[in-house]
Amino acid sequence: MASNDGAMIPKVSRFSAPPTKAGRDQERLGWVLILPTILVVLGIAIYPLLESIRLSFTNYRSSRPDRWEYIGFENYRKLLSDDVFHTAFKNTMVFTVSSVFFETVLGMIVALTIHSAFKGRGFVRTSMLVPWAIPTVVSSLLWSWMLNDSYGIVNKSLIAMGFDNFRQFSWVGNPNTALFSIVAVDVWKTTPFMALLLLAGLQVIPDDVYEASRVDGASKMQQFWQITLPLLRPALMVALVFRTMAAFRVFDIIFVMNSYNTSTMSVSVYAHRELMNNQRLGYGSAISVVIFICIAIMVVGYTRMIKVED
Amino acid sequence: MATNHLKISPEELEGIRATGGTGGARGNKPLELLGKIGFFLLILIIVFYTLFPFYWAIVSSLMPYKELVSTKLSFWPTTVTWDNYQKVFEDERFVRALGNSAMISTAVVILSLVFGTLTAYAMARLNFRGRTFFLYMILSMTMFPGIAIIGSLFQMMRRFNAYDTLWGLVIVYLSFALPFTVWVLANFFRAMPADLEQAALVDGATPMVALRQVLLPLAIPGMVTTGLLAFIEAWSEFLYARTFTISPKAKTVQIAISEFTGNSQYEQPYGVKMAAAVVVTIPLIIGVMLVQKRIIAGMTAGAVKG
Repeated sequence: MASNDGAMIPKVSRFSAPPTKAGRDQERLGWVLILPTILVVLGIAIYPLLESIRLSFTNYRSSRPDRWEYIGFENYRKLLSDDVFHTAFKNTMVFTVSSVFFETVLGMIVALTIHSAFKGRGFVRTSMLVPWAIPTVVSSLLWSWMLNDSYGIVNKSLIAMGFDNFRQFSWVGNPNTALFSIVAVDVWKTTPFMALLLLAGLQVIPDDVYEASRVDGASKMQQFWQITLPLLRPALMVALVFRTMAAFRVFDIIFVMNSYNTSTMSVSVYAHRELMNNQRLGYGSAISVVIFICIAIMVVGYTRMIKVED
Repeated sequence: MATNHLKISPEELEGIRATGGTGGARGNKPLELLGKIGFFLLILIIVFYTLFPFYWAIVSSLMPYKELVSTKLSFWPTTVTWDNYQKVFEDERFVRALGNSAMISTAVVILSLVFGTLTAYAMARLNFRGRTFFLYMILSMTMFPGIAIIGSLFQMMRRFNAYDTLWGLVIVYLSFALPFTVWVLANFFRAMPADLEQAALVDGATPMVALRQVLLPLAIPGMVTTGLLAFIEAWSEFLYARTFTISPKAKTVQIAISEFTGNSQYEQPYGVKMAAAVVVTIPLIIGVMLVQKRIIAGMTAGAVKG
């Protein structure tokens, strides 16, 4: 099934509900059936969100829960001049842009490869599911071990190839390579997802479009830029926005590989440190509200891209 | 290396694809052979790239400690040992966490499927006011950033004694698993032809009977896939588990594995960590392989996994 088929709700006729008893029954049944889901959403997402927004206007600290007051936009004003927040925001942008970029380019190469017919195609396609299925914590630990300064397979291989300056080289410990290493792990983990999304998009492009352009004498390069890419645009856009949203809120991979370290800290990691480690619920909430607003803007863009109602 | 392949890939790949892999339409034989070799290499690189890290986890988990910390480069173990796995299963905290995760994930899957199926049916087949609004709300919820609410949720959980409990985590996990289940199943129901249950309704069945007797049996494959995806989400979740648990009685397996330390400060437990990593991952990989064809459609329909 194509990616957009999955994301788009196909147009299917529903029973019309005239203002009859049957219509009223249906109305009532509809509400009863959605009630549990609505309660969960209201209770565990909407209410806590409003509560976070309220907390962000206070100087609440978990260490002194009975002494707090509303301080207006003070927390947000402090964020503007907070160097750690600036670093975290910059790291998040670097992480998001570079990981989404490399995932897309690599994902495209992989998708185009798998799209062609060859023996063992099914096996390659199935193998793509492995990095995706591995929990993020596990892949972070796994790569931390592979990138280990003394015994990691990456450094051992580099030394065997003659790059002797990688002896004891700490990829995550060195601030110059730390963020880059974490991006590489994220790219490894999510490229398959991107590739499968793009592959689904490729599979709905009819073959005769290529046939026609081949008759017209278009080169393969021309075909890629003039047929494949434009027709793949909807699938590509959905994948891009979806991945950007996920990358922007990155927490697990950074936290597991490098804890609260400033050199790789993302905005989510910073929010977590302020909320939980430093017990500054007011200030931490302000950071998480900023993250929420950024994500919400992307979600609005995303829901406009995929059609919800017919 | 990558740019090199980038250059040949679109052209050569499309060429091979268009000619069904034989490349017969081209005239230039040596170039054609070169293209084929390049294509074969590209596939090898892709498979190596995706599979090597997990292969390496398995290999490391089977290596004796001495071999792990040797400076000699070797891509397979010279002696195979099960010591690391023995240590993993002797670790009470890890085994307990494994049980916690199994219970939490199972409960999340069951609750999401029960409530999710009912809600998805209403969303897909019934007419009621506010339906479109709720559909948007549920779609947005599948992308909701957990970090935005952990501060206030932490306080709520303390208040309701849900902090550091299994049931507390189950309820929190429903906030992402349930919207996801509803979204995927609603798509699934709407793709089914409406006259399926129309006939039952004409015969006097209520919508609930039509759901149970007509739609549900057809929806089982979709429910299995969705349930598996929800299981993977719950099993792999880290942020909430890290924030809302503190003691071994509620810690999930992702927390236990991230906190693995050696028996002594001199011995870093790389092998044990990798054995634990394999134990935690194998069930997911088996599950994914079993339903792999459907899973791609399911994950692209709105996967929340990052």
